[in-house]
Amino acid sequence: MSGSAHQAVHDAEYQPVFVGEARAKLEALFPRYPTRQACLLPALWMVQEARGWVSERGIAEVADVLGLTPAYVKGVVTFYTMYHTHPVGRHFIQVCTTSPCNICGAEDVVKAFLQHTGCGELGATSPDGRFTVIEVECLGACGFATPVLIDDDFIEGITPERVPGLLQGYK
Amino acid sequence: MGYPHPSHPGEQPLLSKYFGDPGARSYEGWVKRGGYESLRKALGMTRDQVTEEVKASGLRGRGGAGFPTGLKWSFMPKEVTRPHYLVCNADESEPGTFKDREIMRWTPHQLLEGCAIAAHAIGAERVYIYIRGEFTAEYRILLEAVEEATRAGALGADVFGTGRRIEVIVHRGAGAYICGEETAMMNSIEGKRGNPRIKPPFPAQAGLWACPTTINNVETLGSVPHIIREGGAWYKGLCRGNPKSTGTKLFSVCGHVQRPGNYEVVMGTPMKDLIFGMCGGMRPGRTLKAVIPGGSSVPILTAAEIEDCQLDYEGVAARGSMLGSGGMIVMDDSTDIVYQVMRLARFYAHESCAQCTQCREGTAWTTRILERILAGKGKPEDLELLLDLADNMTGKTICVLSDSCAAPVVSAIAKFRPEFEAYLNRTRPPVLATA
Ligand SMILES: Cc1cc2nc3c(=O)[nH]c(=O)nc-3n(C[C@H](O)[C@H](O)[C@H](O)COP(=O)(O)O)c2cc1C
Ligand code: SF4
Ligand code: FES
Repeated sequence: MSGSAHQAVHDAEYQPVFVGEARAKLEALFPRYPTRQACLLPALWMVQEARGWVSERGIAEVADVLGLTPAYVKGVVTFYTMYHTHPVGRHFIQVCTTSPCNICGAEDVVKAFLQHTGCGELGATSPDGRFTVIEVECLGACGFATPVLIDDDFIEGITPERVPGLLQGYK
Repeated sequence: MGYPHPSHPGEQPLLSKYFGDPGARSYEGWVKRGGYESLRKALGMTRDQVTEEVKASGLRGRGGAGFPTGLKWSFMPKEVTRPHYLVCNADESEPGTFKDREIMRWTPHQLLEGCAIAAHAIGAERVYIYIRGEFTAEYRILLEAVEEATRAGALGADVFGTGRRIEVIVHRGAGAYICGEETAMMNSIEGKRGNPRIKPPFPAQAGLWACPTTINNVETLGSVPHIIREGGAWYKGLCRGNPKSTGTKLFSVCGHVQRPGNYEVVMGTPMKDLIFGMCGGMRPGRTLKAVIPGGSSVPILTAAEIEDCQLDYEGVAARGSMLGSGGMIVMDDSTDIVYQVMRLARFYAHESCAQCTQCREGTAWTTRILERILAGKGKPEDLELLLDLADNMTGKTICVLSDSCAAPVVSAIAKFRPEFEAYLNRTRPPVLATA
């Protein structure tokens, strides 16, 4: 897969996240919990926000700053679906297809995203590197079918017709 | 109110009164609307008095299990010899449920006030609000609200000059339905995989970092300031004749109704009033087929079964299902029940934490068998196999996720068997290409 080639490149380029301001931001969290370990999810969020995904090098850095082992951190990272363990497109699109949205036409919304982004299939990144589309389970907005999460933007009431216009906002 | 629709006369908006009103979101705006008066009042009461008031209100947990809130608080040790913690469950991931997000989005201080009152009642100095990772906007709203409230002295080291310390920490999840289960949530806050723990010990004995912990849902905590303000007896009076289910409840109605949304009604309101009155019934030309009344984890009800069904814990139980979280999934006659049951099974298979064999294997096999039925490759014995699997998945695992997968399957086969048989005997064309 092209993913593994990507991975090597990104890993080689990895720059530590927890220096300067970011380090201070993380350390400001320490007093909020009785253990350093409890800062694991927040620290992983910081890595993903800075680098777009959580690589092996990112895992190693988090392990180091929190006094954990990389194997332990990896075990936690892989439990949670929102941490990307491989690079994704510039814009990450998550479409809910669980039953409540499903009965309101969510699968057609997914099809429209796959078509208009050029991703072709779920989980793949479009050739221009712009988009990755996945299906997710219930986003907690079932009354506003179909909700879609594009990066951090939570957008409700998406129909297949709205997809092309929506994508224009994400370059 | 029936957000995003105007309030319906059948509603009694208490928690939802300011949904859609951006002015209610700030500290100042909340105080203008009477906010934080209940916290001041509660701080003038003893821990026991606050708990007794909540007990008297009859409030039951809105997260799904319906456990009496005051009773839960009373399990916390009286003497504070080690830290006590309050955890607010804002993981809202049960399919069909979307009420807590609205509470946080419009009235973050309503939640913070409830958290602070509960923390006082259970002797906690620290509250962790665990919010699901996808709610990025609400996460920021809460962070901002905590900062404002701390600046104003409503939270922090010396709440309103009473010497009481109550800190609120907003902790963001990262995508895992199972972290909504209370002990999985505690593991997740501790920086671990979100695996549920074996109970006992219960959280009040050994919760977060093995310290006494109480965990409550967003809506439960959001109800508390109203109870303290108006009194437990007043709250208990909000019901329709059944004193075991009191207060108002937010019902998230989704699926095939004309006006999906959040409706806040008094417990005991007829389910039909909600679906056909407030939500406007089905789309033109369609008829009601089924309702999953309490989030996806509860047995499915047929249109006939919701006749005369009262929306409260006992009323829905009397029809063989559960009120759960109040997330109602309404399905009209266009719905392929077999396909939707497969989607739900797939949800549980995806979300199983995989600790228990019955759950890990059971949810996966249930999905696979339903997929093969939908692909026209079902075997005559498949329905019995599904029921047998479901039997092995019920009451035998560390948490009830496994049971939650079995409930819709068993009830759908019992109530809509001919639809499954139509796929099995090939009178209905397959809808999945491969199994
Ligand atoms: C698999 C599973 C998922 C759950 N998800 C949630 C949830 O998203 N939100 C919630 O409030 N409770 C959820 N619960 C219920 C909690 O375990 C717990 O009962 C609840 O937060 C207690 O608060 P309450 O007494 O105020 O309802 C879940 C339970 C299980 C077994
Ligand atoms: S029942 Fe399922 S989700 Fe619950 S602890 Fe067991 S494997 Fe995990
Ligand atoms: S099922 Fe789609 S948001 Fe809940």
